[in-house]
Amino acid sequence: MARKLPRKDVVIIGLGWTGAILAYELSSAGLDVVAIERGPWRDTATDFPPSSAPDELRNVIRLGLFQQPAQSTVTLRNNLNQAALPVRKFGSFTPGNGLGGAGVHWNGMTYRLMESDFNWRTHNEQHYGASAIPDQMTIQDWPLSFQELEPYYDQFEKLAGISGQAGNLQGQIKPGGNPFEGPRSSEYPTPPDRQPYTPTMFAEAATTMGYHPFPIPSGNVSQSYTNPLGVTMGQCSYCGFCDFFGCGNYSKASAQTCVIPALIRQKTFEARMNANVTKINLDSTGKKATSVSYVDDNGEEWEQPADLVLVCAFSFNCVHLLLISGIGMPYDPVAGTGVVGRNYAYQCTSGVTVHFPDKILNPFIAGGAVGMALFDYNGDNFDHTGLGFIGGGVLQACQTGGKPLSQLSSLPGDPTWGSGWKRAVKNNYQTTYALGTQGAVQSYRDACLDLDPTYKDKYGSPLLRMTFDWHDNELKMSAYITGKLAEIGKAMGADQVIPHPRTGPYTVIPYQTTHNTGGAVAGDNPSNSVVNKYMQSWDVPNVFVFGACAFPQNVGFNPTGMVGALACWGADAIKQQYLKNPGPLVAI
Amino acid sequence: MRHIMSRISLGGGAVLAAAAMLFLAHGASAPNTSQPADPQTIAAGKYLVDAGDCVACHTVPGGAPFAGGTVINTPFGKLLGPNLTPDVATGIGGWTDDQFVRAVKYGISRRDHYLYPGLPYIYFNKVPRADILKIRAYLGTLPAVSNRVHADQLPFPFKIRWLMFGWNLLFFKNTGDYQADPGQSAEWNRGAYLVQGLGHCAACHTAKNFLGGDRTGHELQGAVVDGWNAPSLVNDPHTGIAAWSVDDVETYLKTGHNQYADASGDMAEVVSNSTSHLTDADDRAIGVYLKSLAGSAAAALAPIASTDPAMIAGGQIYVDECAACHTGAGTGLPRIFPTLAASPIVQAETPATLLRIVLHGGRSVATTPAPTASAMPAFGGQMTDQEIADVSTYIRNSWGNAAPQVSAGQVSAER
Repeated sequence: MARKLPRKDVVIIGLGWTGAILAYELSSAGLDVVAIERGPWRDTATDFPPSSAPDELRNVIRLGLFQQPAQSTVTLRNNLNQAALPVRKFGSFTPGNGLGGAGVHWNGMTYRLMESDFNWRTHNEQHYGASAIPDQMTIQDWPLSFQELEPYYDQFEKLAGISGQAGNLQGQIKPGGNPFEGPRSSEYPTPPDRQPYTPTMFAEAATTMGYHPFPIPSGNVSQSYTNPLGVTMGQCSYCGFCDFFGCGNYSKASAQTCVIPALIRQKTFEARMNANVTKINLDSTGKKATSVSYVDDNGEEWEQPADLVLVCAFSFNCVHLLLISGIGMPYDPVAGTGVVGRNYAYQCTSGVTVHFPDKILNPFIAGGAVGMALFDYNGDNFDHTGLGFIGGGVLQACQTGGKPLSQLSSLPGDPTWGSGWKRAVKNNYQTTYALGTQGAVQSYRDACLDLDPTYKDKYGSPLLRMTFDWHDNELKMSAYITGKLAEIGKAMGADQVIPHPRTGPYTVIPYQTTHNTGGAVAGDNPSNSVVNKYMQSWDVPNVFVFGACAFPQNVGFNPTGMVGALACWGADAIKQQYLKNPGPLVAI
Repeated sequence: MRHIMSRISLGGGAVLAAAAMLFLAHGASAPNTSQPADPQTIAAGKYLVDAGDCVACHTVPGGAPFAGGTVINTPFGKLLGPNLTPDVATGIGGWTDDQFVRAVKYGISRRDHYLYPGLPYIYFNKVPRADILKIRAYLGTLPAVSNRVHADQLPFPFKIRWLMFGWNLLFFKNTGDYQADPGQSAEWNRGAYLVQGLGHCAACHTAKNFLGGDRTGHELQGAVVDGWNAPSLVNDPHTGIAAWSVDDVETYLKTGHNQYADASGDMAEVVSNSTSHLTDADDRAIGVYLKSLAGSAAAALAPIASTDPAMIAGGQIYVDECAACHTGAGTGLPRIFPTLAASPIVQAETPATLLRIVLHGGRSVATTPAPTASAMPAFGGQMTDQEIADVSTYIRNSWGNAAPQVSAGQVSAER
């Protein structure tokens, strides 16, 4: 029997990037806020000291910072005709766990959506005709525009200290930045990261080919920075332990390094850690959330009543919670009805191995978002006529690290074990480099999330079932942009250029990306979406849902910039509109 | 501050015994009763309580405010901070105003016992009665908490309270209320009053003689307290604040951080409990006063030559282990990674804080204007005594720094 706790104004489920931003904004507005987080408190000083944090065995191999399958996992199938099986070790994607969520172990790449990403369906129909979009492709426009969101991108970038170079400053195209970005109201808060050797070579080759390389907008700050909350970050030391790791140098933007020090000084904020929310409870009408139920680490059940419930868990975990709480109509891929779980998407990554026998590349001088990128083959920045696909992806030389267990390079024909392998690793370490792409994935009728009919989590709730595979559009896209990346590799002077375009079927075994999107998408009406433009549930207006689950389809670059901006945008809508007049912010 | 007792040596018993007949030097007058205080007086009292950092000794972390019981460890034994809540039986609810003033200003308890200078009455002596009564007024608004504290846990012979009479005779000047220097500005005088009086800065920052009294002629010139350096607050070039501006002092007291230092250890507590709550004007006044103080007479040291083997070894360790945050030039980054160049803590004659932080790590204070509370990781587990000694020597003698060489034995003693 759950024990009922005193009412709070706001309960936040999950204390990562979005939860921390919402908690700060709403507690600053005087609201009584409690955040309930499944994992532990993790503090820069005590959990990520640079003298011990770069432990690759613990973090990369044993996934120390991540959601453990014993807590909860997903089942996976490639199509609607298969029986899904549980993921028993996270591989292809690694959701976070604990304070900071997946924003602890991210690399720090902080892009904005391009203007055309916001009206993606309309844009493609206008340029290529309605027939360019297959029947089964369920892409749709965002219910808000780049211009509406721009101030909130700006807010998030200033919160996170992002290092970069504007490419479009108030409509003026700036050399050295990304000319394909929408007009920015201001420069990045910190200058771009200084680039190591290989990204510099990449950018030089790309420039001679007529492309527009720019420094990756980076959450690995290029210089010490104090954000508007008074929280200070330290200059990135290029240690090369970003992805899979927490940053002990206060250099990588995260809830810990950007928000938590100010948040914990708020008198009306409280965090409950190691507490797993199992359900959002509704009143008898089903149109109002009254409380959340959670289980603490002693296995005891609690009920936390609140006026406002903010779902701020990892992307697909938000969808899971909506499904088990009965908020919104579950999506049925066969009938094509319902919305919760619809338009799940992923990213279609690929790479090109390049080898420079006479160079010393020093891959360990690195940061998760230290590198050069170009958007010339992203979105609709290139003519897709006759290509047989829409969308694209970023091409980049990003120097994330030279970690000894997980980032050793191999070339075709290298032995895979023994002294031959050792010799090859020794030869390759300084001469071999992986260029990369992050390709967009469109949404499809048969790519979705729902509740598994067989497998349950330890709380007795059905696991989330993921149905996903690559479609022709993505495989063609990957082959095309990977080919373009290989051309740059050749222009860099590599003696070996080995493209690795994505091939099917999708599998959860090798790590690819944790950019899972969709399932609780934003839209302009309840028939195509779970939340309105303010991330407010159409069905239960005192529930808001934040995170990449709102993406109607995925984009060809990292989603965190958009996730952060939407959190700032949603916080503002709650403060400026909802609190004055609780109820639907968009009339149906 | 909790550490006064740790440096007080209760010697000179014969002198004290001989003087015992003068026991009640500041005898109590007739009891009187406080009138209920107005809100302005209470607020003023709260401000003075902050300025005196009373919470450090009278509130257990996380416990009821001013209910006492805070453990104060000393080389002579243990003291507990008394209960200052209005509880009649166990707090100060039954005290008269005169009794309260007498305790704070003269170190005499309600029952006419001598108090130990864990209560820094030798500095609070400068606080006027009116201010002490404002403090009382604020304390009177706290919830009464029944918590009987046996403050004196000292063993024999230190528990003989009248020994303090002789100590007082030697070290308690009893000059009474702070007297403004008419030749100085009002701001300077305010700073002097805060530093010498309620702020009781000398309790830590003035070295003690063998009897535990303040060393004459060494006022605010630095000391080692409980394994931390309380650095010089006068204008010494290496070990003091010669390089600091008044702005730097104000920023440090207000936020716990400035371009030269990030408060940690006991000073983090002082900033957190006390100086960060003072008005900008008061923090600035402290700066104005401190910056007016002459440097010590100590001759400046010459740095150890960069060719010294310890400097060569230490320099290599520095590049590997330290430079990523503190930078190659030892400058650190403002507000987050302390500068090592020109740092008084780094160049203190006894490298107490430096070794402690390198070995065990440390954490700077969080304040509302500077909430980050950056940390130094502990290196004790991955470096030998000699390595830590060498890198410490290097840090103390590079970039214009100069300080005595550190030995492996010093590091070992600090482990």
